[in-house]
Amino acid sequence: MTSPLLEVRGLKTVFHDLAGAWPAVDGVDIVVQPGEIVGLVGESGSGKSVTGFSLVQLIDAPGEIVAGDVLFKGEDLRRASEERLRDLRGDRIAMIFQDPLMTLNPVLTIGEQMCEAILEHRSCSRQEALKKSSLALSRVGISSPDARLRQYPHEFSGGMRQRVAIATALLNEPDLIIADEPTTALDVTIQSQILFEVQKLSRETGTAVLWITHDLAVVAELADRVAVMYAGRIVEAGTVDDVLDRPRHPYTLGLLGSSAATVAPGERLKQISGTAPSINARPSGCPFCPRCERALPLCAEVDPLPQLTSHEHSYRCHNPVSESHAS
Amino acid sequence: MTAYILQRLIQSVLVLLAVSVVVFLAVYGIGDPIELLVPPQVSAAERTAMIRRLGLDLPIWQQYFGFLGNALKGDLGRSFVHGVPAVDLILARLPATFELVLLAMSLAAVVGIPLGLLAGLNPESRPSRAIMAGTILGFSLPSFWKGMMLILLFSVFLGWLPTAGRGETVSVLGLETSLLTLNGLKHLTLPALNLAIPNMALMIRLVAAGTTEAMTQDYVKYARAKGLRSKRIVGRHVLRNILIPVVTVAGMEFGSLVAFSTITETVFAWPGMGKLLIDSIYNLDRPVVVAYVMLATLLFVAVNFLVDILYAALDPRVKLTGEMA
Repeated sequence: MTSPLLEVRGLKTVFHDLAGAWPAVDGVDIVVQPGEIVGLVGESGSGKSVTGFSLVQLIDAPGEIVAGDVLFKGEDLRRASEERLRDLRGDRIAMIFQDPLMTLNPVLTIGEQMCEAILEHRSCSRQEALKKSSLALSRVGISSPDARLRQYPHEFSGGMRQRVAIATALLNEPDLIIADEPTTALDVTIQSQILFEVQKLSRETGTAVLWITHDLAVVAELADRVAVMYAGRIVEAGTVDDVLDRPRHPYTLGLLGSSAATVAPGERLKQISGTAPSINARPSGCPFCPRCERALPLCAEVDPLPQLTSHEHSYRCHNPVSESHAS
Repeated sequence: MTAYILQRLIQSVLVLLAVSVVVFLAVYGIGDPIELLVPPQVSAAERTAMIRRLGLDLPIWQQYFGFLGNALKGDLGRSFVHGVPAVDLILARLPATFELVLLAMSLAAVVGIPLGLLAGLNPESRPSRAIMAGTILGFSLPSFWKGMMLILLFSVFLGWLPTAGRGETVSVLGLETSLLTLNGLKHLTLPALNLAIPNMALMIRLVAAGTTEAMTQDYVKYARAKGLRSKRIVGRHVLRNILIPVVTVAGMEFGSLVAFSTITETVFAWPGMGKLLIDSIYNLDRPVVVAYVMLATLLFVAVNFLVDILYAALDPRVKLTGEMA
């Protein structure tokens, strides 16, 4: 096994308010191998986006990363200088944001916003940068890219803007792309086109992708491995086949039961009762306990530790779903 | 674009018409200029002749349409007091005011925008708080008092700068300017500073508020995620977005300073248009007041038009299209 591209151990990010520090990310472990696509799945408020931003150390006050290691090719990013982080961001680690309508600057041309990502990290002429940007645009399926470079964001549709963001992320051939719900704001047909393209590009360029989403169907389509996040921690992780076909954590099972893609047509979707606990009202013991159908008395008191099954499938549960359960 | 300009021109004419009616009525209501213009010892016959000569015997609507007819021919009337065309009188004073305002607004922008950025980027820091507190003073101190304090400090105590007047001027392309002589610049400094201070405060507030807001936007976070240096993020991404309100306000302020920097010009005895306006109001010199207000209106209309064009240049989403509604 090669050494991992990204190795996160015990990452903890808190948000401060007058009453104290509330953990949004609470001891997260993630490993991403070179060239692999990892899905990070969770409901709103599970801390998945904060995890993404914590990886590149883009957490602003009142947030703060208080513990853990983020090793990128063996280099600890938490202890890296701001200058070094700036070198890595957009060059070795690129990001794609959730809302393509908000992330592009409305008053600058697409060309300028793409070129600056190159010129900041490479010494080349503006002409070369423009040429590279144009190539990147055509790679994500945007026609007449040279004319498009002279246009402004408002002249693009939502799907097109997200393609621009993906093309921008690819400009410097990064080792890792962190994509934070990039298809959530898009309609379904555009979404599957983009998923297809990202997968293709990742294979072609050997770029690893950490794909943050709330949609298990997306993960099933796209990812090699998946980590399920709940209340700031990873509750289950493994290969897509293991986690989606043989889920061990009741929460994963619940997510699968509530996803239209996994339930037979005509059958009712099951809903996980209750809502995810808010950041300042996490229960003691297992945070999923109040919503869990399989909860034991033990669950309310003792927080379960990660358990590892065969082939790297891990879960945090006292009363896991039996391995033979699903299909 | 052509349709847009045409539409704006029609609007401008309507605005000018409306203003002319209002100002004509208002000036008519201020008082009878004859009482001031004609010495008491003059005979009744001479007095009547004078009234007739100035056209003051006609009913107000006839006076108004007479004025309008002449205005269409480019004649805004003759000064009762000086006996020369009112427009000439005003235009002769324009360069002095214009250079004063130009310097004041440049000063406001050059100082205000960087300080505003500084205050907006770290709103909690000590220097930022000091700057923001300073802007409150800048806004609220009355212009005449500030002017006198500036004179007291720089002219009386320190003796660095002259108190009044325009100083030496040189002629450039037929216009007299103080901007190009050292003595003229010295005379310009205090009145320009006096005009600049409230505008500096305004710029600081606008830029600071805009910056604080812009820094929380996704496009800034995205720019950081691209690994851009903060100099570029602030200088290009943020500044470009907040310049739009700044240009609007600067445009309006420019117009109102040119037209109404009356107090500062009076305090520093600056021979500009504002001083002329005040003198004309005192003398009930109707044609000058009316012509002045008309020219000021024209100036505002023109400045607003320029601001709109600048908008389109600054914000690609703005399209100047004529909509005949």
